[in-house]
Amino acid sequence: MNAAGDIHVELKSVTRTYAARAGHGAIHALGPVDLTLRRGEFVGVVGPSGCGKSSLLEIVAGLAMPSTGRVTFEGALVEGRVPNGVGVVFQEDASFPWLTVGDNVAFGLKRAGIDAAEIARRVDHAIGLMGLNQFRKAYPSQLSGGMRQRVCIARTLVLRPRLILLDEPFGALDQQTRLLMGEELLRLWRDSGATVMLITHSLDEAAMLSDRVAVMSSRPGRFLEMLETGWPRDRDSRIVADPRFGRFTSRLWELIRDESRKALDLP
Amino acid sequence: MTSPGFWRLVTVAAAVLALEALCRGGVIDPYTMIAPSQMALALLDMVRHADWFWADARYTFQNVAAAILLSIMLGFPIGLGIHALPRLRRVLNPVLLSYYSVPTFVFYPLLIVIFGIGPASLIVMGAMFGIVAMICATLAAIDRIPRVYNKVARVAGMSACETALRIQLPAATPHLFTGLKLAVAYSVIGVIAGEFILATAGLGRQLTLAYNEFDSPKMYGLILLILIAVAALNGVLQGLEARLYRRWYRS
Repeated sequence: MNAAGDIHVELKSVTRTYAARAGHGAIHALGPVDLTLRRGEFVGVVGPSGCGKSSLLEIVAGLAMPSTGRVTFEGALVEGRVPNGVGVVFQEDASFPWLTVGDNVAFGLKRAGIDAAEIARRVDHAIGLMGLNQFRKAYPSQLSGGMRQRVCIARTLVLRPRLILLDEPFGALDQQTRLLMGEELLRLWRDSGATVMLITHSLDEAAMLSDRVAVMSSRPGRFLEMLETGWPRDRDSRIVADPRFGRFTSRLWELIRDESRKALDLP
Repeated sequence: MTSPGFWRLVTVAAAVLALEALCRGGVIDPYTMIAPSQMALALLDMVRHADWFWADARYTFQNVAAAILLSIMLGFPIGLGIHALPRLRRVLNPVLLSYYSVPTFVFYPLLIVIFGIGPASLIVMGAMFGIVAMICATLAAIDRIPRVYNKVARVAGMSACETALRIQLPAATPHLFTGLKLAVAYSVIGVIAGEFILATAGLGRQLTLAYNEFDSPKMYGLILLILIAVAALNGVLQGLEARLYRRWYRS
């Protein structure tokens, strides 16, 4: 199923330019970029703030159109419409305040017309996995920011997407929870065989979770380098204690440091 | 008990007592205004003995309910439509904002020509008052919905209609209450004032009759009834709004 070279997502010469608005000229946010995600791999994308990482994710998801270039998912052109089989977890809290945790997680399943018993089974599993068992009947306003984000992750994962796009999903979590959630994500990734693209500011997170890490330049974001981590598929958070992990994150920082200074306009 | 609700009650009670004292003490003559206690007694008397009361009250409140429903059922989708078309919104914004500076009652004769003297003219009159409040509230409410919800809807492959019903409507509900309260108030004004000008039945018409016949107890009794009805409706909406806010935004 996960044969190397089996192309799942492909971006060719993709750029994104935001049109000029009153007082501002056009903003060239991204590209041109080329990227290939192989089926079943976990790719992290890091880069300085404002380098177009989220624009990249929205283009891959079909939520935004590239200004030039083309994106394909499973061989079909993605044209500003989210293809079937794509799940996205956003940076912002996207839990619905009018639904309980259980109903939030079941939201997509109910729409898909899946039978009630299967919905209950999948929701139970996802809620348990995210450590939200005690909060099934709670409303999002009763949860912390991190817990709400876990609700959103569960809501995406219960749909068993073939491509999971994550935009800073653990940004609202504390460090320990980030590591543990990262482990759970790795386990889900291994079990589901889904392809994952993770956008993150955290070099450690990208290094721990990914098979490959793409490093982006400051705006307009281009790929400076694509680094293979070389970790085994059944890795977990203990990898951070491996001396190779330290060397890998140092290399990432080396690549990104000057770009981050540029993004912040530092000398 | 020092909540704002308590002090609101104290203020209203103090105002009523002051008015009672002024009327009973002869500072306000009984031809101008009767004491609040007499208003209440007049209202009770009408409820119990006036043969027209229940039919006219039903007529008015049915028209008000229909006008409110029409305001909401048209105002919300129109608001959604305008929100979806930013250019149209830019064009309509000044019209919507200045709508209430137009004396809408000037159209009442036209409505009578179109719909005749009857409930239809009154309902449309009431809805013409309430609908713009609902449109403006919908626009403001949709503006406040986090954009990420629309992205979630797009990822889920939801149509515009499904997004409106399953995401935008529930997400906007707490913010729609302001418009709802205004739509209620404006619809009541539209219907009662329409009856006041020209109608064959209704509390507004009874008010006109009482005014023309110098029947102060009946007139003030009816005014009291309308005030109580609007305050009660507003109170229910306020309670629902507070409950929703507590549940959704506890943190």
